[in-house]
Amino acid sequence: MLAFLIKRTANAVFVMLAVALLAFVIFRFFGDPVEMMVNEQATQADRAELRERLGLNDSFATQYLRFVTNAVQGDFGISYRNQQDVMVLIGDRFPATFELVLVATAISLVVGIPLGVITAVHRNSRLANLLQLGSIVGVSLPSFVVGIMLILAFSVSLGWLPAFGRGETVDIGWWSTGLLTPSGRQALVLPAISLSTFQITLVMRLVRAEMLEVLRSDYVKFARARGVPAPRLHWVHALRNCLMPVITLTGMQIGNLIAFALVTETVFQWPGMGLLFIQAVTFVDIPVMAAYLMLVSFIFVLLNTLVDIAYAWVDPRLRDDTAKAGGANG
Amino acid sequence: MSDPVLEVRNLRVEFPTRHGILTAVDDISLSIGRGEILGVVGESGAGKSMTGMAILGLLEPPGRIAGGEIRLSGDRIDSLDERQMQAIRGRRIGAIFQDPLTSLNPLFRVGDQLVETIRLHSDLSRGAARARAIALMKEVGIPAVEERIDNYPHQFSGGMRQRIVIALALSAEPELIIADEPTTALDVSIQAQITALLKRLCRDRGTAVMLVTHDMGVIAETADRVAVMYAGRLAELGPVDEVVRRPQHPYTSGLMGSIPSLRREVDELQMIPGAMPRLGAIPTGCAFNPRCAHAGPKCRREVPRVAGNDPSGNGAACWLALEGETA
Repeated sequence: MLAFLIKRTANAVFVMLAVALLAFVIFRFFGDPVEMMVNEQATQADRAELRERLGLNDSFATQYLRFVTNAVQGDFGISYRNQQDVMVLIGDRFPATFELVLVATAISLVVGIPLGVITAVHRNSRLANLLQLGSIVGVSLPSFVVGIMLILAFSVSLGWLPAFGRGETVDIGWWSTGLLTPSGRQALVLPAISLSTFQITLVMRLVRAEMLEVLRSDYVKFARARGVPAPRLHWVHALRNCLMPVITLTGMQIGNLIAFALVTETVFQWPGMGLLFIQAVTFVDIPVMAAYLMLVSFIFVLLNTLVDIAYAWVDPRLRDDTAKAGGANG
Repeated sequence: MSDPVLEVRNLRVEFPTRHGILTAVDDISLSIGRGEILGVVGESGAGKSMTGMAILGLLEPPGRIAGGEIRLSGDRIDSLDERQMQAIRGRRIGAIFQDPLTSLNPLFRVGDQLVETIRLHSDLSRGAARARAIALMKEVGIPAVEERIDNYPHQFSGGMRQRIVIALALSAEPELIIADEPTTALDVSIQAQITALLKRLCRDRGTAVMLVTHDMGVIAETADRVAVMYAGRLAELGPVDEVVRRPQHPYTSGLMGSIPSLRREVDELQMIPGAMPRLGAIPTGCAFNPRCAHAGPKCRREVPRVAGNDPSGNGAACWLALEGETA
């Protein structure tokens, strides 16, 4: 297990260095940082002085090294637009996105997995066919359409839930959570549902496909022959064997959602990272974009590692410590 | 004689397909008494596994029992619904399948699978069920049980896994065990151990066994009686010694002739010309007639049945054996 972790960490560090290079190249060579920072009246001498002060005349390698050293310490510089520390900006926004994504993922698993099992077990039934049809609709509907329709139904017509914002939040350390206040929870409902619609159908279709495979397997047949009742057979024996791809998908999707929740965040005016990123792009706020790139990559790398660990947790065959105890033939 | 443990009368299993209804098992009657081992032998597709699955109520849809009846110690079980059948599977009928590598759920400890099965069929507490699981594993010959009960299936060899499968099949002390090719996936040296184990355990308990295999050698060593199947029908039924020594059905004698012997020197193994017909293309009359050297006009007209279709009967489904002529 230790060797596994060390190997994974080394991999992760390498990936992060490569991403840092990319982020650095964007930061340094797409547009001139000096141009962005000085005002129009600055003289040539002012600019040269700033250039020297920012270390932009140093060699490429020195600059890259400095970028990485700073990044490791969480220093991505000052946002061009807000004149604030980039890390503070992101720290403000990250909890909003993270909570939204986490709730959306939970919804997609809690709804998607049972639907997948049901459509696989009762395939060809009317309900299953209906759900299959519905899932095609769910996959094809863009999330902003879902979001707008939800707002129309539950905010405008029924007036049950807020259409925008995050409601009241409570600070726990630097983390601001909306989960502890009624208004925060209410505000979370619609964006989480709209973000999870696509995920639900994805999870459901994946679980269904896996279940159909597993239900044909010998051990399921043998479990039936042992007298295992159908519910236990489906929800314990078969489902557990379907979980590997679901874990992979969920890991990747959490990363994806964090990186690309921006459509939903825009529709619901959710004060998350997506909104921050959109603003950064509009204003060519390169330090924010670079930090965002680094953060999202870091989340992906972290999730990948967690997914690998989860594999070993689900499937004993992947735990290296159990491999040595092979029995004698006979 | 008291009621046989298993009595199958005129069993028909059908598969509706796009090309019409296929009859996988056609009018089979057989019975197994307490402590008796009935070998069911035949080529792939002869309907032997299908018969076993029909008895277990595990036919894959759209396959279905289309006729006949199955009785377990006198109780009719072919007309039970899924829920009632669930209570019988594992408890009154145990099953052993072909491939021990895939019969056990790879994600659950073998001990947990045993405890699960034991507790499904009894009121034992977790602890008591675990003690029973340990006793069963010892009985089927797993060494160092206390250490290995919490291992996963992939940590056992094929032979060991089949022993665990046998322990699972026996865990509720069923009246009947359906063993579908229990040794086919194993090494030859281990095959003998597993058949001997199965035989001993079932003799001790008086469990009836239906041993489905294509291996005539396994049948000859293990079974008391044998049912030979061909194209979904029963070709011959009788005590093993008789069938092996004096086969009455030309197909059975063909089968016997194709077994290599260690004792006798044989230049060339006999072969039955042709191949078993597909289920959709079974000839009229005796299904074997196109391949039979003795076939006469009657063989091409009428289907022969084992004497009176009596489940406990002996004999061959062959006009030559039944009437001494094939006119």
